[in-house]
Amino acid sequence: MRRKRAFLLLWIVLTLAALAFGVADGSWLRHVPAKDHERKNPYEGQADAVAAGRLVYEDHCAKCHGKNAEGTTKRPSLRSARVLQEATEGDLHWLLMNGNMGRGMPSWSKLGDPQIWQVISYVRSLSR
Amino acid sequence: MVPAQGQIGQWRPWLRLLFVLLAAFISSHAQERPYFVTYSHEMEEPGNLEIEMFSAIGKPPTGNRFLASSTEFEYGATAWWTTEFYLDGQATWHDSTIFTGYRWENRFRPLLREHRINPVIYVEFENISADKALREVVGHDGRDDFLDTNAVARTDKAREIELKLIMGSNFRGWNLSENFIAEKNLKNQPWEFGYAVAASRPLKLAASSHKCAFCREKFMAGVEMYGGLGDWNSFGTRLTSHYLGPAVNWSAPNGMTLSFSPQFGLNDYSIPRLYRFGIQYEIEQVVHRFRRGE
Repeated sequence: MRRKRAFLLLWIVLTLAALAFGVADGSWLRHVPAKDHERKNPYEGQADAVAAGRLVYEDHCAKCHGKNAEGTTKRPSLRSARVLQEATEGDLHWLLMNGNMGRGMPSWSKLGDPQIWQVISYVRSLSR
Repeated sequence: MVPAQGQIGQWRPWLRLLFVLLAAFISSHAQERPYFVTYSHEMEEPGNLEIEMFSAIGKPPTGNRFLASSTEFEYGATAWWTTEFYLDGQATWHDSTIFTGYRWENRFRPLLREHRINPVIYVEFENISADKALREVVGHDGRDDFLDTNAVARTDKAREIELKLIMGSNFRGWNLSENFIAEKNLKNQPWEFGYAVAASRPLKLAASSHKCAFCREKFMAGVEMYGGLGDWNSFGTRLTSHYLGPAVNWSAPNGMTLSFSPQFGLNDYSIPRLYRFGIQYEIEQVVHRFRRGE
């Protein structure tokens, strides 16, 4: 009886973990709430923000995503169509705030809104 | 007794080796909170190893001045799991310098997205004696614990399990963190409780568009308060120590973060003043570097 209960508990824990990772895995874009999707970058079109964003990118993002955002063996390129075209800047802000922890992407909420928008300005500038 | 020149000399080759190893890696620019006791919900980035040295200097009114240090190795196992190993030691004036033990902690973030309040579960095993690092205050910890000589204090080995519920929020650049601590000595002793709360903010939120060492965004300032909450048999804020103090840190351009906090005892059970300082150094993607033979 006790063993059955232990297995049941283990099953519940594993199922919850799988659900949590299932949500975190897959296409993060599908999980962005509408209000976040619509958010606008307050630094849009500002050259200073692109320059500042490049420095923040070099400090925090380059090691995983490559010096020129080309990606590394384990982490995706940020020059993909998904990042540069499909996702809105609001989507990217949501991703940086929340991370995609099941896939190894941490939350960068500690940077604060201004630096996150600056990084987005820099990443978006790569398509020009 | 203060460490003699000869004792420091013994460590010199190891210190040199440590600096050579650190210099061999390219560091990242950690954006750490200036807290010494309180944990925020922010985890170590996956694959990064952070080496931290935190020290506390204090003097109980009727005891000897002490310098206690913790060396910590914090590794981001995943984005939701951080593991950390500590080595602790202390030097007491007119007494001796001793290794006080080790700790192994793990922090798990159960919710994988950012919320208004983000919980983190903390589990630690520690095997220490004569510890003066004051990395937390629990139970009825007070300044009398600092009066025994090291020879006497180290005979009382504490093998303890420590659990923390860490809650953190980031809002408009501010971080607010609250910790509830429960600690159990594995010898037949009651659960002891404690708390820590802290708030901090960078001096400027937006980054500068040029490289700079002393820009305001490189500095973070805040305030920290912590203390005991008694034990299972006598829960409460009385008959235990409490501390409060400002805290500041600076993220240096070479990847090092320097922190400082003067802290003040809030009642007669507390040490009147503590001076805490810390150095943190983050090495990015440490396992991948070894695999690639860098």
